[in-house]
Amino acid sequence: MIEVNELTKRYGRTVAVDGLTFTVKPGCVTGFLGPNGAGKSTTLRMIIGLNEPTSGSVTVQGHRFRDHPRGLRHVGALLDASDVHGGRSAVAHLGVLARTNAIPLRRVDEVLAEVGLAGAARRRIGGYSLGMKQRLGIAAALLGDPPVLLFDEPLNGLDPEGVRWVRGLFRRLAAEGRTVFVSSHLMSEMEHTADHLVVVGRGRLIADEPLASFAARGRGSSVTVRTPDADALAGVLTAAGAQVRPDGEERLVVTGLDADAIGELAHRHGHRLRELATSAASLETAFMELTADSVEYLAGESR
Amino acid sequence: MTALTSLPPPAPLTVDEPRARFRDLLLGEWFKLVSLRSIRWGLILGMLGLVFLNANAAIADVNDWDHFLPAQREFFVPAGSLAASFTNNACIATLLITGSLGAVSLVSEYSTGQIRTTFAAVPARRALLSAKIIVLTTVMTVFGLVATGTSFFVSQAILSGKHAGISITEPGIWRALLAAALLPPVCALTGLGLAALIRHSAATIVGTTTVLLLIPNFLSENHHWSACLFHATPFRAWQVLHDLVGAPVNPHIPFPAEPAGEWVVYLAWALGGIVVTLFFGTRRDV
Repeated sequence: MIEVNELTKRYGRTVAVDGLTFTVKPGCVTGFLGPNGAGKSTTLRMIIGLNEPTSGSVTVQGHRFRDHPRGLRHVGALLDASDVHGGRSAVAHLGVLARTNAIPLRRVDEVLAEVGLAGAARRRIGGYSLGMKQRLGIAAALLGDPPVLLFDEPLNGLDPEGVRWVRGLFRRLAAEGRTVFVSSHLMSEMEHTADHLVVVGRGRLIADEPLASFAARGRGSSVTVRTPDADALAGVLTAAGAQVRPDGEERLVVTGLDADAIGELAHRHGHRLRELATSAASLETAFMELTADSVEYLAGESR
Repeated sequence: MTALTSLPPPAPLTVDEPRARFRDLLLGEWFKLVSLRSIRWGLILGMLGLVFLNANAAIADVNDWDHFLPAQREFFVPAGSLAASFTNNACIATLLITGSLGAVSLVSEYSTGQIRTTFAAVPARRALLSAKIIVLTTVMTVFGLVATGTSFFVSQAILSGKHAGISITEPGIWRALLAAALLPPVCALTGLGLAALIRHSAATIVGTTTVLLLIPNFLSENHHWSACLFHATPFRAWQVLHDLVGAPVNPHIPFPAEPAGEWVVYLAWALGGIVVTLFFGTRRDV
Protein backbone atom coordinates (compact mmCIF):
# COMPACT_ATOMS: atom_id res chain seq x y z
CA MET A 1 0.00 0.00 0.00
CA ILE A 2 1.42 3.37 -1.05
CA GLU A 3 -0.34 6.50 0.19
CA VAL A 4 0.52 9.76 -1.53
CA ASN A 5 -0.90 12.85 0.13
CA GLU A 6 -0.78 16.37 -1.36
CA LEU A 7 2.69 15.59 -2.64
CA THR A 8 4.45 18.59 -4.17
CA LYS A 9 7.95 19.07 -5.56
CA ARG A 10 9.30 22.35 -6.84
CA TYR A 11 12.64 22.95 -8.53
CA GLY A 12 13.05 26.71 -8.39
CA ARG A 13 10.08 28.04 -10.33
CA THR A 14 9.29 24.75 -11.99
CA VAL A 15 6.61 22.67 -10.31
CA ALA A 16 7.40 19.04 -11.13
CA VAL A 17 4.72 17.50 -8.91
CA ASP A 18 1.72 19.55 -7.87
CA GLY A 19 -0.45 18.41 -4.96
CA LEU A 20 -0.72 14.74 -5.96
CA THR A 21 -2.99 12.57 -3.83
CA PHE A 22 -3.67 8.92 -4.60
CA THR A 23 -3.40 5.45 -3.11
CA VAL A 24 -1.81 2.38 -4.66
CA LYS A 25 -3.48 -0.76 -3.34
CA PRO A 26 -2.00 -4.20 -2.86
CA GLY A 27 -3.09 -7.19 -4.88
CA CYS A 28 -3.26 -5.49 -8.25
CA VAL A 29 -1.02 -3.89 -10.83
CA THR A 30 -1.41 -0.12 -10.86
CA GLY A 31 -0.24 1.75 -13.92
CA PHE A 32 1.26 5.21 -13.50
CA LEU A 33 0.71 7.05 -16.75
CA GLY A 34 1.57 10.43 -18.08
CA PRO A 35 3.38 12.17 -20.93
CA ASN A 36 7.12 12.83 -20.76
CA GLY A 37 7.93 15.30 -18.00
CA ALA A 38 4.63 14.75 -16.19
CA GLY A 39 6.40 14.15 -12.88
CA LYS A 40 6.20 10.35 -12.76
CA SER A 41 9.88 9.71 -12.04
CA THR A 42 10.03 12.53 -9.49
CA THR A 43 7.03 11.02 -7.69
CA LEU A 44 8.62 7.57 -7.67
CA ARG A 45 11.86 9.02 -6.31
CA MET A 46 9.95 10.75 -3.54
CA ILE A 47 8.21 7.48 -2.63
CA ILE A 48 11.57 5.89 -1.81
CA GLY A 49 13.06 9.00 -0.24
CA LEU A 50 15.65 9.78 -2.90
CA ASN A 51 14.07 13.20 -3.34
CA GLU A 52 12.59 15.17 -0.48
CA PRO A 53 9.09 16.58 -1.14
CA THR A 54 8.70 20.36 -1.02
CA SER A 55 5.43 19.70 0.79
CA GLY A 56 3.02 16.84 1.34
CA SER A 57 3.88 13.32 2.34
CA VAL A 58 4.13 9.79 1.09
CA THR A 59 4.11 6.56 3.08
CA VAL A 60 4.71 2.95 2.14
CA GLN A 61 2.89 0.40 4.29
CA GLY A 62 2.21 3.26 6.70
CA HIS A 63 5.86 4.30 7.12
CA ARG A 64 8.07 6.95 5.60
CA PHE A 65 10.52 4.90 3.53
CA ARG A 66 13.57 6.86 4.71
CA ASP A 67 12.86 5.84 8.30
CA HIS A 68 13.84 2.25 7.49
CA PRO A 69 17.57 1.68 8.03
CA ARG A 70 17.56 -0.86 5.14
CA GLY A 71 15.22 -0.72 2.20
CA LEU A 72 15.27 -3.83 0.03
CA ARG A 73 12.92 -5.93 2.17
CA HIS A 74 10.35 -3.11 2.20
CA VAL A 75 10.35 -1.76 -1.35
CA GLY A 76 11.94 -3.14 -4.49
CA ALA A 77 12.47 -0.43 -7.07
CA LEU A 78 13.67 -0.27 -10.65
CA LEU A 79 13.83 3.45 -11.31
CA ASP A 80 16.34 3.64 -14.12
CA ALA A 81 18.03 0.58 -15.53
CA SER A 82 21.21 2.58 -16.07
CA ASP A 83 21.51 3.47 -12.37
CA VAL A 84 24.32 0.96 -11.98
CA HIS A 85 28.10 1.18 -12.11
CA GLY A 86 29.14 -0.38 -15.40
CA GLY A 87 32.42 -1.62 -13.94
CA ARG A 88 30.91 -4.37 -11.81
CA SER A 89 29.48 -7.72 -12.82
CA ALA A 90 25.83 -8.49 -12.12
CA VAL A 91 26.90 -10.87 -9.34
CA ALA A 92 29.10 -8.22 -7.71
CA HIS A 93 26.42 -5.52 -8.05
CA LEU A 94 23.66 -7.62 -6.52
CA GLY A 95 26.13 -9.12 -4.02
CA VAL A 96 26.88 -5.66 -2.61
CA LEU A 97 23.14 -4.87 -2.36
CA ALA A 98 22.45 -8.22 -0.68
CA ARG A 99 25.27 -7.79 1.84
CA THR A 100 24.18 -4.34 2.95
CA ASN A 101 20.66 -5.66 3.57
CA ALA A 102 21.70 -8.94 5.24
CA ILE A 103 20.11 -10.94 2.42
CA PRO A 104 21.62 -14.43 1.91
CA LEU A 105 23.92 -14.46 -1.12
CA ARG A 106 22.15 -17.47 -2.65
CA ARG A 107 19.26 -15.08 -3.31
CA VAL A 108 21.52 -13.34 -5.87
CA ASP A 109 21.76 -16.49 -7.97
CA GLU A 110 18.03 -17.09 -7.55
CA VAL A 111 16.94 -13.69 -8.86
CA LEU A 112 19.52 -13.74 -11.66
CA ALA A 113 18.14 -17.10 -12.79
CA GLU A 114 14.60 -15.76 -12.50
CA VAL A 115 15.26 -12.82 -14.83
CA GLY A 116 17.25 -14.94 -17.25
CA LEU A 117 20.68 -13.42 -16.63
CA ALA A 118 22.35 -16.49 -15.10
CA GLY A 119 24.53 -16.88 -18.20
CA ALA A 120 25.75 -13.26 -18.14
CA ALA A 121 26.05 -12.99 -14.36
CA ARG A 122 29.83 -12.62 -14.32
CA ARG A 123 30.12 -10.18 -17.21
CA ARG A 124 30.60 -6.45 -16.60
CA ILE A 125 27.29 -4.58 -16.62
CA GLY A 126 28.83 -1.92 -18.88
CA GLY A 127 28.60 -4.39 -21.76
CA TYR A 128 24.91 -5.18 -21.21
CA SER A 129 22.16 -4.15 -23.62
CA LEU A 130 19.33 -1.97 -22.33
CA GLY A 131 17.08 -5.01 -22.12
CA MET A 132 19.65 -6.88 -20.02
CA LYS A 133 20.01 -3.87 -17.73
CA GLN A 134 16.22 -3.81 -17.30
CA ARG A 135 16.34 -7.46 -16.31
CA LEU A 136 19.15 -6.71 -13.85
CA GLY A 137 17.12 -3.84 -12.38
CA ILE A 138 14.14 -6.17 -11.97
CA ALA A 139 16.41 -8.74 -10.30
CA ALA A 140 17.57 -6.04 -7.84
CA ALA A 141 13.96 -5.11 -7.10
CA LEU A 142 13.10 -8.75 -6.37
CA LEU A 143 16.19 -9.34 -4.22
CA GLY A 144 14.60 -8.52 -0.86
CA ASP A 145 11.27 -10.24 -1.66
CA PRO A 146 9.47 -6.98 -0.81
CA PRO A 147 5.69 -6.42 -0.45
CA VAL A 148 5.86 -3.23 -2.54
CA LEU A 149 7.47 -2.95 -5.97
CA LEU A 150 8.05 0.13 -8.13
CA PHE A 151 9.01 0.02 -11.78
CA ASP A 152 9.75 3.11 -13.87
CA GLU A 153 9.28 2.36 -17.58
CA PRO A 154 10.34 -1.29 -17.16
CA LEU A 155 9.45 -2.35 -20.70
CA ASN A 156 11.94 -0.02 -22.43
CA GLY A 157 14.43 -2.02 -24.41
CA LEU A 158 12.88 -5.43 -23.77
CA ASP A 159 12.29 -7.86 -26.62
CA PRO A 160 8.73 -9.21 -27.18
CA GLU A 161 9.49 -12.32 -25.14
CA GLY A 162 10.81 -10.07 -22.36
CA VAL A 163 7.72 -7.87 -22.47
CA ARG A 164 5.48 -10.91 -22.13
CA TRP A 165 7.59 -12.27 -19.29
CA VAL A 166 7.50 -8.94 -17.43
CA ARG A 167 3.71 -8.72 -17.76
CA GLY A 168 3.37 -12.23 -16.38
CA LEU A 169 5.76 -11.36 -13.56
CA PHE A 170 3.77 -8.25 -12.58
CA ARG A 171 0.53 -10.28 -12.59
CA ARG A 172 2.13 -12.95 -10.42
CA LEU A 173 3.55 -10.42 -7.95
CA ALA A 174 0.15 -8.76 -7.65
CA ALA A 175 -1.59 -12.11 -7.27
CA GLU A 176 0.74 -12.83 -4.35
CA GLY A 177 -0.80 -9.82 -2.64
CA ARG A 178 2.00 -7.36 -3.35
CA THR A 179 1.59 -3.73 -4.33
CA VAL A 180 2.88 -3.28 -7.89
CA PHE A 181 3.24 0.26 -9.26
CA VAL A 182 4.42 0.56 -12.87
CA SER A 183 5.00 3.80 -14.72
CA SER A 184 4.82 4.30 -18.45
CA HIS A 185 4.27 7.03 -20.99
CA LEU A 186 2.60 4.61 -23.38
CA MET A 187 -1.01 3.59 -22.87
CA SER A 188 -0.55 0.55 -25.06
CA GLU A 189 2.01 -0.83 -22.58
CA MET A 190 -0.45 -0.55 -19.74
CA GLU A 191 -3.55 -2.04 -21.28
CA HIS A 192 -2.34 -5.62 -20.98
CA THR A 193 -0.58 -5.03 -17.70
CA ALA A 194 -2.51 -2.80 -15.31
CA ASP A 195 -5.78 -3.28 -13.46
CA HIS A 196 -5.90 0.25 -12.19
CA LEU A 197 -4.54 3.52 -13.56
CA VAL A 198 -3.17 6.67 -12.02
CA VAL A 199 -2.81 9.28 -14.76
CA VAL A 200 -0.84 12.49 -14.32
CA GLY A 201 -0.04 15.45 -16.53
CA ARG A 202 2.17 18.43 -15.66
CA GLY A 203 2.48 17.13 -12.14
CA ARG A 204 -1.26 17.04 -11.49
CA LEU A 205 -3.58 14.09 -11.04
CA ILE A 206 -5.82 13.58 -14.08
CA ALA A 207 -7.42 10.23 -13.34
CA ASP A 208 -7.33 7.54 -10.68
CA GLU A 209 -9.65 4.70 -11.64
CA PRO A 210 -9.90 1.11 -12.92
CA LEU A 211 -8.55 0.50 -16.40
CA ALA A 212 -12.01 -0.35 -17.75
CA SER A 213 -13.69 2.86 -16.65
CA PHE A 214 -10.72 4.85 -17.86
CA ALA A 215 -11.12 3.32 -21.26
CA ALA A 216 -14.76 4.39 -21.39
CA ARG A 217 -13.91 8.02 -20.73
CA GLY A 218 -12.46 8.80 -24.08
CA ARG A 219 -14.99 10.28 -26.52
CA GLY A 220 -13.99 8.02 -29.33
CA SER A 221 -13.64 4.94 -27.16
CA SER A 222 -15.23 1.85 -28.58
CA VAL A 223 -15.80 -1.77 -27.72
CA THR A 224 -15.88 -4.52 -30.32
CA VAL A 225 -18.53 -7.20 -29.68
CA ARG A 226 -18.81 -10.46 -31.62
CA THR A 227 -22.08 -12.28 -31.12
CA PRO A 228 -24.40 -14.55 -33.11
CA ASP A 229 -27.32 -12.37 -31.89
CA ALA A 230 -25.95 -9.18 -33.39
CA ASP A 231 -29.24 -7.58 -34.32
CA ALA A 232 -30.99 -8.31 -31.05
CA LEU A 233 -28.03 -7.19 -28.92
CA ALA A 234 -27.71 -4.02 -31.00
CA GLY A 235 -31.27 -3.15 -30.03
CA VAL A 236 -30.57 -3.75 -26.33
CA LEU A 237 -27.43 -1.63 -26.40
CA THR A 238 -29.08 1.21 -28.32
CA ALA A 239 -31.92 1.21 -25.79
CA ALA A 240 -29.25 1.54 -23.04
CA GLY A 241 -27.97 4.70 -24.71
CA ALA A 242 -25.03 3.36 -26.72
CA GLN A 243 -24.19 4.07 -30.34
CA VAL A 244 -23.91 0.80 -32.21
CA ARG A 245 -22.38 0.31 -35.62
CA PRO A 246 -22.44 -3.11 -37.29
CA ASP A 247 -19.01 -4.20 -38.52
CA GLY A 248 -19.61 -7.17 -40.78
CA GLU A 249 -21.73 -10.17 -39.89
CA GLU A 250 -21.80 -11.00 -36.13
CA ARG A 251 -19.67 -7.98 -35.19
CA LEU A 252 -20.69 -4.69 -33.54
CA VAL A 253 -18.63 -1.62 -32.68
CA VAL A 254 -20.12 0.03 -29.61
CA THR A 255 -19.41 3.47 -28.24
CA GLY A 256 -20.84 5.06 -25.12
CA LEU A 257 -20.76 1.93 -22.95
CA ASP A 258 -17.74 0.13 -21.53
CA ALA A 259 -17.05 -3.57 -21.84
CA ASP A 260 -18.32 -4.31 -18.33
CA ALA A 261 -21.69 -2.75 -19.02
CA ILE A 262 -22.05 -4.46 -22.40
CA GLY A 263 -21.22 -7.85 -20.89
CA GLU A 264 -23.74 -7.27 -18.13
CA LEU A 265 -26.52 -6.31 -20.58
CA ALA A 266 -25.79 -9.28 -22.83
CA HIS A 267 -25.90 -11.63 -19.87
CA ARG A 268 -29.16 -10.16 -18.57
CA HIS A 269 -30.85 -10.55 -21.94
CA GLY A 270 -29.44 -13.97 -22.60
CA HIS A 271 -27.27 -13.11 -25.61
CA ARG A 272 -24.25 -15.23 -26.28
CA LEU A 273 -20.96 -13.31 -26.64
CA ARG A 274 -17.99 -14.67 -28.56
CA GLU A 275 -15.70 -11.69 -28.20
CA LEU A 276 -15.77 -8.54 -26.13
CA ALA A 277 -12.78 -6.25 -26.56
CA THR A 278 -12.07 -2.67 -25.78
CA SER A 279 -10.10 -1.50 -28.79
CA ALA A 280 -6.48 -0.57 -28.23
CA ALA A 281 -6.80 2.59 -30.25
CA SER A 282 -9.57 3.85 -28.02
CA LEU A 283 -7.52 3.41 -24.85
CA GLU A 284 -4.71 5.29 -26.48
CA THR A 285 -7.24 7.89 -27.63
CA ALA A 286 -8.69 8.24 -24.16
CA PHE A 287 -5.20 8.80 -22.81
CA MET A 288 -4.30 11.30 -25.51
CA GLU A 289 -7.52 13.24 -25.01
CA LEU A 290 -7.13 13.35 -21.26
CA THR A 291 -3.53 14.45 -21.33
CA ALA A 292 -3.80 16.72 -24.37
CA ASP A 293 -3.86 19.82 -22.19
CA SER A 294 -0.91 18.73 -20.14
CA VAL A 295 1.67 17.61 -22.68
CA GLU A 296 4.82 19.47 -21.80
CA TYR A 297 7.09 18.73 -24.72
CA LEU A 298 5.05 18.88 -27.91
CA ALA A 299 6.80 18.21 -31.19
CA GLY A 300 6.55 21.15 -33.57
CA GLU A 301 5.49 23.48 -30.81
CA SER A 302 5.93 27.14 -31.69
CA ARG A 303 8.41 29.02 -29.54
CA MET B 1 -12.35 -19.17 -16.75
CA THR B 2 -11.10 -21.37 -13.97
CA ALA B 3 -7.85 -19.45 -13.80
CA LEU B 4 -9.52 -16.51 -12.11
CA THR B 5 -10.78 -18.53 -9.18
CA SER B 6 -7.45 -20.27 -8.67
CA LEU B 7 -5.64 -17.02 -7.88
CA PRO B 8 -4.72 -16.68 -4.21
CA PRO B 9 -6.60 -13.90 -2.44
CA PRO B 10 -4.66 -10.68 -1.82
CA ALA B 11 -3.11 -10.85 1.62
CA PRO B 12 -1.05 -8.24 3.45
CA LEU B 13 2.58 -9.32 3.45
CA THR B 14 4.55 -8.85 6.60
CA VAL B 15 8.20 -7.91 6.49
CA ASP B 16 10.42 -10.18 8.54
CA GLU B 17 13.61 -8.21 8.80
CA PRO B 18 16.82 -8.93 10.70
CA ARG B 19 18.29 -6.12 12.77
CA ALA B 20 20.25 -3.61 10.71
CA ARG B 21 23.99 -4.12 11.36
CA PHE B 22 26.71 -1.58 10.60
CA ARG B 23 29.01 -4.54 9.85
CA ASP B 24 26.90 -5.35 6.77
CA LEU B 25 27.46 -1.84 5.44
CA LEU B 26 31.23 -2.10 6.01
CA LEU B 27 31.27 -5.42 4.17
CA GLY B 28 29.17 -3.99 1.34
CA GLU B 29 31.41 -0.94 0.92
CA TRP B 30 34.52 -3.13 1.00
CA PHE B 31 33.19 -5.30 -1.82
CA LYS B 32 32.01 -2.23 -3.68
CA LEU B 33 35.54 -0.84 -3.61
CA VAL B 34 37.48 -3.98 -4.52
CA SER B 35 34.98 -5.15 -7.17
CA LEU B 36 35.97 -2.19 -9.35
CA ARG B 37 38.80 -2.85 -11.75
CA SER B 38 39.73 0.86 -11.82
CA ILE B 39 40.25 0.98 -8.05
CA ARG B 40 42.19 -2.31 -7.95
CA TRP B 41 44.54 -1.23 -10.74
CA GLY B 42 44.79 2.27 -9.35
CA LEU B 43 46.01 0.89 -6.04
CA ILE B 44 48.41 -1.64 -7.58
CA LEU B 45 49.92 0.70 -10.19
CA GLY B 46 50.02 3.57 -7.71
CA MET B 47 51.94 1.42 -5.26
CA LEU B 48 54.43 0.22 -7.90
CA GLY B 49 54.85 3.76 -9.20
CA LEU B 50 55.65 5.19 -5.78
CA VAL B 51 58.15 2.46 -4.93
CA PHE B 52 59.76 2.91 -8.34
CA LEU B 53 60.02 6.71 -7.94
CA ASN B 54 61.73 6.35 -4.57
CA ALA B 55 64.01 3.48 -5.55
CA ASN B 56 64.99 5.44 -8.64
CA ALA B 57 66.00 8.41 -6.47
CA ALA B 58 68.19 6.16 -4.31
CA ILE B 59 69.78 4.63 -7.41
CA ALA B 60 70.52 8.12 -8.75
CA ASP B 61 72.19 9.08 -5.45
CA VAL B 62 74.32 5.93 -5.51
CA ASN B 63 75.33 6.56 -9.12
CA ASP B 64 76.20 10.19 -8.45
CA TRP B 65 77.89 9.45 -5.13
CA ASP B 66 81.43 9.67 -6.50
CA HIS B 67 80.70 13.08 -8.02
CA PHE B 68 79.32 14.54 -4.79
CA LEU B 69 81.41 17.18 -3.01
CA PRO B 70 82.91 15.97 0.30
CA ALA B 71 80.54 18.30 2.18
CA GLN B 72 77.56 16.81 0.35
CA ARG B 73 78.62 13.32 1.35
CA GLU B 74 79.22 14.34 4.91
CA PHE B 75 75.75 15.84 5.36
CA PHE B 76 73.89 13.29 3.21
CA VAL B 77 73.03 11.08 6.19
CA PRO B 78 70.35 11.21 7.54
CA ALA B 79 68.35 13.94 5.70
CA GLY B 80 69.44 12.88 2.20
CA SER B 81 68.89 9.21 3.00
CA LEU B 82 65.35 9.92 4.16
CA ALA B 83 64.60 12.15 1.16
CA ALA B 84 65.57 9.32 -1.17
CA SER B 85 63.14 6.95 0.57
CA PHE B 86 60.11 9.15 -0.14
CA THR B 87 60.87 11.97 -2.56
CA ASN B 88 59.04 15.21 -3.20
CA ASN B 89 57.90 13.76 -6.53
CA ALA B 90 56.55 10.71 -4.73
CA CYS B 91 54.57 13.07 -2.50
CA ILE B 92 53.12 14.84 -5.57
CA ALA B 93 52.25 11.46 -7.10
CA THR B 94 50.61 10.40 -3.82
CA LEU B 95 48.48 13.55 -3.73
CA LEU B 96 47.32 12.88 -7.27
CA ILE B 97 46.75 9.12 -7.01
CA THR B 98 45.11 8.87 -3.62
CA GLY B 99 43.15 12.10 -3.94
CA SER B 100 41.70 10.83 -7.23
CA LEU B 101 40.96 7.35 -5.87
CA GLY B 102 39.13 8.83 -2.90
CA ALA B 103 37.13 11.07 -5.21
CA VAL B 104 36.37 8.25 -7.67
CA SER B 105 35.11 5.96 -4.91
CA LEU B 106 32.14 8.30 -4.44
CA VAL B 107 31.82 10.39 -7.59
CA SER B 108 31.55 7.25 -9.73
CA GLU B 109 28.34 6.49 -7.83
CA TYR B 110 26.93 9.94 -8.49
CA SER B 111 27.92 10.11 -12.15
CA THR B 112 26.57 6.65 -13.04
CA GLY B 113 23.36 6.96 -11.02
CA GLN B 114 24.44 4.02 -8.84
CA ILE B 115 23.94 6.30 -5.83
CA ARG B 116 20.15 6.05 -6.31
CA THR B 117 20.32 2.26 -6.24
CA THR B 118 22.59 2.49 -3.19
CA PHE B 119 20.34 4.84 -1.21
CA ALA B 120 17.21 2.91 -2.20
CA ALA B 121 18.82 -0.20 -0.69
CA VAL B 122 20.14 1.67 2.36
CA PRO B 123 17.97 4.67 3.28
CA ALA B 124 20.20 5.25 6.34
CA ARG B 125 22.53 7.51 4.37
CA ARG B 126 24.64 8.66 7.29
CA ALA B 127 25.43 5.08 8.27
CA LEU B 128 26.21 4.13 4.68
CA LEU B 129 28.52 7.09 4.08
CA SER B 130 30.20 6.45 7.44
CA ALA B 131 30.90 2.89 6.31
CA LYS B 132 32.33 4.23 3.06
CA ILE B 133 34.56 6.65 4.99
CA ILE B 134 35.85 3.92 7.32
CA VAL B 135 36.57 1.48 4.48
CA LEU B 136 38.29 4.15 2.37
CA THR B 137 40.37 5.41 5.32
CA THR B 138 41.44 1.87 6.23
CA VAL B 139 42.36 0.90 2.67
CA MET B 140 44.28 4.13 2.13
CA THR B 141 46.14 3.87 5.45
CA VAL B 142 47.22 0.32 4.60
CA PHE B 143 48.22 1.59 1.14
CA GLY B 144 50.25 4.36 2.77
CA LEU B 145 51.94 2.02 5.26
CA VAL B 146 52.89 -0.51 2.60
CA ALA B 147 54.06 2.14 0.10
CA THR B 148 56.09 4.02 2.71
CA GLY B 149 57.54 0.89 4.34
CA THR B 150 58.47 -0.77 1.07
CA SER B 151 59.98 2.44 -0.32
CA PHE B 152 61.98 2.98 2.84
CA PHE B 153 63.52 -0.48 2.96
CA VAL B 154 64.18 -0.67 -0.79
CA SER B 155 65.81 2.77 -0.89
CA GLN B 156 67.91 2.21 2.24
CA ALA B 157 69.04 -1.16 0.89
CA ILE B 158 70.19 0.60 -2.29
CA LEU B 159 71.89 3.44 -0.38
CA SER B 160 73.67 1.00 1.94
CA GLY B 161 75.90 0.19 -1.04
CA LYS B 162 77.57 3.53 -0.28
CA HIS B 163 77.07 3.19 3.49
CA ALA B 164 74.59 6.06 3.20
CA GLY B 165 71.53 4.19 4.48
CA ILE B 166 69.70 4.84 7.72
CA SER B 167 67.64 2.45 9.85
CA ILE B 168 64.27 2.84 11.50
CA THR B 169 66.06 3.53 14.76
CA GLU B 170 67.24 6.89 13.42
CA PRO B 171 65.99 9.67 15.74
CA GLY B 172 62.87 11.38 14.36
CA ILE B 173 62.36 8.78 11.65
CA TRP B 174 58.93 7.70 12.87
CA ARG B 175 57.42 11.13 12.45
CA ALA B 176 58.68 11.24 8.88
CA LEU B 177 57.47 7.75 8.00
CA LEU B 178 54.10 8.34 9.62
CA ALA B 179 53.68 11.59 7.70
CA ALA B 180 54.20 9.71 4.43
CA ALA B 181 51.99 6.79 5.49
CA LEU B 182 49.09 9.03 6.53
CA LEU B 183 49.20 11.24 3.45
CA PRO B 184 47.05 8.79 1.40
CA PRO B 185 44.05 8.73 3.81
CA VAL B 186 44.22 12.53 4.21
CA CYS B 187 44.18 13.05 0.43
CA ALA B 188 41.55 10.36 -0.18
CA LEU B 189 39.19 11.92 2.37
CA THR B 190 39.75 15.33 0.76
CA GLY B 191 38.83 13.82 -2.63
CA LEU B 192 35.80 12.13 -1.07
CA GLY B 193 34.53 15.41 0.38
CA LEU B 194 34.97 17.19 -2.95
CA ALA B 195 33.09 14.34 -4.66
CA ALA B 196 30.15 14.74 -2.27
CA LEU B 197 30.22 18.48 -2.90
CA ILE B 198 30.68 18.57 -6.69
CA ARG B 199 29.19 15.21 -7.81
CA HIS B 200 30.41 15.51 -11.42
CA SER B 201 33.32 13.26 -12.41
CA ALA B 202 35.57 15.56 -14.39
CA ALA B 203 34.93 18.63 -12.22
CA THR B 204 35.64 16.61 -9.07
CA ILE B 205 39.00 15.37 -10.37
CA VAL B 206 39.95 18.89 -11.50
CA GLY B 207 38.87 20.23 -8.11
CA THR B 208 40.84 17.61 -6.20
CA THR B 209 43.97 18.24 -8.28
CA THR B 210 43.59 21.99 -7.87
CA VAL B 211 43.14 21.88 -4.13
CA LEU B 212 45.82 19.29 -3.34
CA LEU B 213 48.42 20.11 -5.98
CA LEU B 214 47.92 23.35 -7.84
CA ILE B 215 47.13 25.76 -5.02
CA PRO B 216 50.22 24.78 -2.91
CA ASN B 217 52.33 25.48 -6.01
CA PHE B 218 51.00 29.04 -6.18
CA LEU B 219 51.88 29.75 -2.55
CA SER B 220 55.15 30.66 -0.89
CA GLU B 221 56.44 31.51 2.58
CA ASN B 222 57.50 35.07 1.71
CA HIS B 223 54.35 36.80 2.93
CA HIS B 224 52.50 36.08 6.11
CA TRP B 225 49.11 35.38 4.48
CA SER B 226 50.70 33.23 1.82
CA ALA B 227 52.74 31.31 4.39
CA CYS B 228 49.64 30.68 6.49
CA LEU B 229 47.77 29.21 3.52
CA PHE B 230 50.82 27.27 2.35
CA HIS B 231 51.35 25.71 5.78
CA ALA B 232 47.69 24.72 5.81
CA THR B 233 48.03 22.51 2.72
CA PRO B 234 48.62 18.74 3.05
CA PHE B 235 51.47 19.11 0.55
CA ARG B 236 53.47 21.52 2.72
CA ALA B 237 52.47 19.64 5.86
CA TRP B 238 54.08 16.52 4.44
CA GLN B 239 57.22 18.46 3.46
CA VAL B 240 57.61 19.85 6.97
CA LEU B 241 56.90 16.57 8.74
CA HIS B 242 59.01 14.47 6.38
CA ASP B 243 62.23 16.23 7.39
CA LEU B 244 64.81 14.90 9.81
CA VAL B 245 66.58 18.20 10.37
CA GLY B 246 63.52 19.62 12.04
CA ALA B 247 64.68 23.14 12.82
CA PRO B 248 64.34 25.84 10.13
CA VAL B 249 67.59 25.50 8.24
CA ASN B 250 67.13 28.52 6.05
CA PRO B 251 67.27 31.71 8.11
CA HIS B 252 66.02 33.71 5.10
CA ILE B 253 62.54 32.21 5.30
CA PRO B 254 60.58 34.80 7.28
CA PHE B 255 57.65 32.57 8.19
CA PRO B 256 58.78 28.97 8.77
CA ALA B 257 56.30 26.20 9.57
CA GLU B 258 56.02 24.36 12.88
CA PRO B 259 55.90 20.54 12.62
CA ALA B 260 53.45 20.19 15.50
CA GLY B 261 50.99 22.46 13.71
CA GLU B 262 51.26 20.35 10.57
CA TRP B 263 49.71 17.35 12.32
CA VAL B 264 46.72 19.58 12.97
CA VAL B 265 46.66 20.36 9.24
CA TYR B 266 46.53 16.62 8.44
CA LEU B 267 43.72 16.14 10.92
CA ALA B 268 41.78 19.17 9.74
CA TRP B 269 41.79 18.06 6.08
CA ALA B 270 40.73 14.53 6.99
CA LEU B 271 37.96 15.75 9.28
CA GLY B 272 36.93 18.39 6.75
CA GLY B 273 36.49 15.70 4.09
CA ILE B 274 34.44 13.56 6.48
CA VAL B 275 32.19 16.41 7.59
CA VAL B 276 31.53 17.65 4.04
CA THR B 277 30.78 14.09 2.87
CA LEU B 278 28.31 13.44 5.67
CA PHE B 279 26.72 16.89 5.43
CA PHE B 280 26.09 17.06 1.69
CA GLY B 281 25.74 13.32 1.10
CA THR B 282 22.82 12.98 3.49
CA ARG B 283 20.88 16.12 2.59
CA ARG B 284 20.66 16.43 -1.14
CA ASP B 285 18.22 14.86 -3.57
CA VAL B 286 19.91 12.30 -5.78
